[in-house]
Amino acid sequence: MDYIGENLLPGQIGHFLIVLSFVASIVATLSYYMSVKTAQLGQGTVLAFTNPDSVAWKKLARYSFIIQFLSIVTIFALLFYMVFNHMFEYHYVWKHSSRSLEMKYLLACIWEGQEGSTLLWTFWHSVLGLVLIRKGKEWEAPVMTVISFTQILLAAMLLGVYVFGYRLGINPFLLLRDSGVLDNAPALHMNFDATQPLKQDFMLSIKDGNDLNPLLQNYWMVIHPPVLFLGFASTLVPFAFALSGLWFKKKDQWINASLPWTLFSVAVFGIGIMMGAAWAYESLNFGGYWAWDPVENASLVPWLILVAGLHTLLIYKHSGYSLRTTYLFFLLGFIFVWYSTFLTKSGILGETSVHAFTDTGLNVQLFLSIYVFVWMAPIAAAKTFNEKVMLALAGTILGLGAYFLSVPGLPMFAILGGVVAMVVYINKLIPTVKKEEDVSSREFWMFIGSLVFFLSALVITVITSLPVFNSLFDLKQAQPENVEFLYNQIHVLVAVVIALLTAIGQYLKYKKTSRAFLFKKLGVPTIIAAIMATLVLTFGNINYTKEGMGFLIQIWIAIAASIYAIVANAAYIWVGIKGNMKMSGGSISHVGFGMVLLGILLSSGKKEILSYNTSGIHIDFGKDSTQKSGENLTLVKGVPMQMGGYDVTYIGDSAHPKKSLNYFLIDFKNKKSGEEFRLTPNSFINYKNNEGLMSNPSSRHYLTHDVFTYISAMADPEKNKDTARFVDYNRAIGDTIFYSKGYILVENVVATNNLPMANVSKDDSAILATLNIHAQTGSRYTTDLLLLKDTKGNIRSNQDTLMAESLVMELRNWQNGKATIGVKESNSVLEWITLKAYKFPFINILWAGIILTAIGLFISMFYRISQNKRNKLQKVA
Amino acid sequence: MKKIHIILLVLVAGTIAFLVSFLQKTTTYDSINTAMSKPGKYVHLMARWDASEPMEYDAIKNPNHLVFTAVDTLGNKVKVVYSNPKPENFEKSERLVLMGQYEAEKGVFVCKTIQTKCPSKYKEGQEYKDENTTEPAQSTTTAPQSKPNNALVYTAVAK
Repeated sequence: MDYIGENLLPGQIGHFLIVLSFVASIVATLSYYMSVKTAQLGQGTVLAFTNPDSVAWKKLARYSFIIQFLSIVTIFALLFYMVFNHMFEYHYVWKHSSRSLEMKYLLACIWEGQEGSTLLWTFWHSVLGLVLIRKGKEWEAPVMTVISFTQILLAAMLLGVYVFGYRLGINPFLLLRDSGVLDNAPALHMNFDATQPLKQDFMLSIKDGNDLNPLLQNYWMVIHPPVLFLGFASTLVPFAFALSGLWFKKKDQWINASLPWTLFSVAVFGIGIMMGAAWAYESLNFGGYWAWDPVENASLVPWLILVAGLHTLLIYKHSGYSLRTTYLFFLLGFIFVWYSTFLTKSGILGETSVHAFTDTGLNVQLFLSIYVFVWMAPIAAAKTFNEKVMLALAGTILGLGAYFLSVPGLPMFAILGGVVAMVVYINKLIPTVKKEEDVSSREFWMFIGSLVFFLSALVITVITSLPVFNSLFDLKQAQPENVEFLYNQIHVLVAVVIALLTAIGQYLKYKKTSRAFLFKKLGVPTIIAAIMATLVLTFGNINYTKEGMGFLIQIWIAIAASIYAIVANAAYIWVGIKGNMKMSGGSISHVGFGMVLLGILLSSGKKEILSYNTSGIHIDFGKDSTQKSGENLTLVKGVPMQMGGYDVTYIGDSAHPKKSLNYFLIDFKNKKSGEEFRLTPNSFINYKNNEGLMSNPSSRHYLTHDVFTYISAMADPEKNKDTARFVDYNRAIGDTIFYSKGYILVENVVATNNLPMANVSKDDSAILATLNIHAQTGSRYTTDLLLLKDTKGNIRSNQDTLMAESLVMELRNWQNGKATIGVKESNSVLEWITLKAYKFPFINILWAGIILTAIGLFISMFYRISQNKRNKLQKVA
Repeated sequence: MKKIHIILLVLVAGTIAFLVSFLQKTTTYDSINTAMSKPGKYVHLMARWDASEPMEYDAIKNPNHLVFTAVDTLGNKVKVVYSNPKPENFEKSERLVLMGQYEAEKGVFVCKTIQTKCPSKYKEGQEYKDENTTEPAQSTTTAPQSKPNNALVYTAVAK
């Protein structure tokens, strides 16, 4: 049957292109593989690709890869076209966009869903692949074999076809009517019966889509995912280099070629993660930039491992140690990127994370991908064909067992088995370095630093994976009471160790450092850092006592250590490398990293809650209770409240013209300086199918701190239906009216005409009553009530509302010296919001540190690229 | 043995010790009965709000004080005290995860964190419904700007 209002062509082209990219990736993988197989093993460099067969295969592979790239770009363009034209006959468009969605979010809504984010990932792989085709030289074929292979697995996640009753991937071009979301909507089916087929014109009823989640309607959503996914994608390159190294038994020639890529990856991945943190800080309300949320952790773990790998690689380059660890870290870094994908996309985190996806049936596929990547390494590293076959068999049997036998934990052990095999075969391939590192050498301490990073990554993984363990072993364990503190506790120690190593690391020489040299160079920076740290700790008033004194002392030590890291590395630019900026990348990024640590420690160690409840009734939690008075403050419209050092007034709200988005205007007045400013946190209220309130914070930025607020609750006018009634009082001038919280004095009543007001003619008569309200609290208010009588005898009266006393007053009549005044007391007249406010100090140090770290990494990257070029020229000469 | 191996061993041992202590600190998901049987112990209580019992919350007097009664699937009830603003969509939640501990002398469950389980923020499992089959979702709209009055109302179905 043909349905009215559907345009099927874009979807058909799109799905064809997905299949095409899948097939093209397979062809590219096989051709690159053949190109490697037919090449002759050279001596100096890795492979000589001059053999005509090899060249021909490579050509085919390149074309296939480019076809694959073009397909993905076109798929993106198609999706954009569909979103732009509101083609709600497509499930993806219906689910992620709407007619009211602003232009700037049209691209962002494409990567809101699973399919779109996979697409983004595979797009970046393609781009990186193109760069490698141009610049990869002798490494192109092996590295691209791995990359093309990865592209097969990713394209499979978009296929959406059924193989033996198992669905492979999710197709972003799925039609709305095939997606199942209409199955429970009888009105769209024939005879209003959901079991019947859809009406031919059902599209007429689909007027709008579900929109991009309002919480994600933020410019960060436009830039954060592309950068983060470029970061994810870039970890593939070091992985592919390491795997190629194992494959050819050319243990270390790839080191130099992969170094710039690794630096790039660390920089972009780091920026991507921290952009997420900045987003969370700026526009989500978990009260900060980092919440140790499983999804955040899952992206941090591969980055930590990659940083560890970068350092062990440098160790190997300069001293010949740590090659095995470098292999392990590069391989695991990428595998953990897949694990992170598994955690976010499998729905397994559902209970514990605020931003994981729910299950879409890709678990098995995701698990298999990880599994294949883990077992690939030992198979590539095995020396003989027989060994390779044995390993492949062992892996397959374990994998099948994990799938078919429901032995608790077997899937995990099958993967761990692969990791063990990986370690064993790397060790077989690479000889042990017999000589021991000198304790005074740079490599010794650098290795310890890398190890600490790696162990920190493992700790985070284990804690984050609790839901995975639950599902593997059929447990029902929940996170500990204070899991954030658990993370912080261990990472303050990590920060101390890393900051100290960062500080002294560069002053140590590879192989061996003489004590005199160290003292001479490091002496002055150490003294400066000690003075600065003393000043900061003495006058900084860092008193985070929530977790006890022991933890506070650790924070102090960590702050001192990170100051040391900043000073020592900044000094090294002059002391160590004599201001040579080209070589200063390492020092700059270490200064930046020191600032990141310092910024984190200061902002969390000194974070203050401003919105302690000072209003209303104090709740006695009992003597032994650890409960403090509440951390949220209710503001009634127009009534100034004290909050921290500020007088805060809720002025009113303004609404978004197209969406149910409300901006709350909140005025702050600093009681000391008299400075005034306005914050406008906003909230989505019952937006589309999201019940309740979704708040975005608003902050006032200063150089040294931010004032950070968000709405934690607000009045619901519908619920507080105004049930109170007016009570009329007849009073003469000078009389009083009592109400529950005070009394009202009728000060004066005068009849006038000739009112200088619009809509009032000369002949209208007006009566003006002046009332004085004396509240129990001692506050006094004056209000004028107006009653208008026109010549025809119509009466108009304006109600006057006194928010602070929840009073509504109205002048009803004025006769024989007595005024009839209606008084109503009602809670519902109150417009109020509940606010949570923090003071975040020194957050700018963190942001500046991140930027500096990235700049340093990019400087290093360019330095290493030019070094590689120079080496090559020297070799040729 | 190299010096570096000794340090390696120490660090790994430290990590393992930390992880073991983590595993011992993990808590459990409990019903009201089992939570009450271990007063003072932090648990994840799985229950839902009992709408038939009075709820105490006045954001104007104190936005940090919510008292309500929770009922679990076995029909047991417990009074819950929570010192934070009432979560949005609290009333709509079909399931609550209450993290805190039962305090026997007061006979209340003191809750630190509430997780509401209702319309998924991430919109999976969403279904299209027409207005005959849903309660009017706009009844609680607080927005001054009401949505264009489509004949159709979308709601999410929590899975």
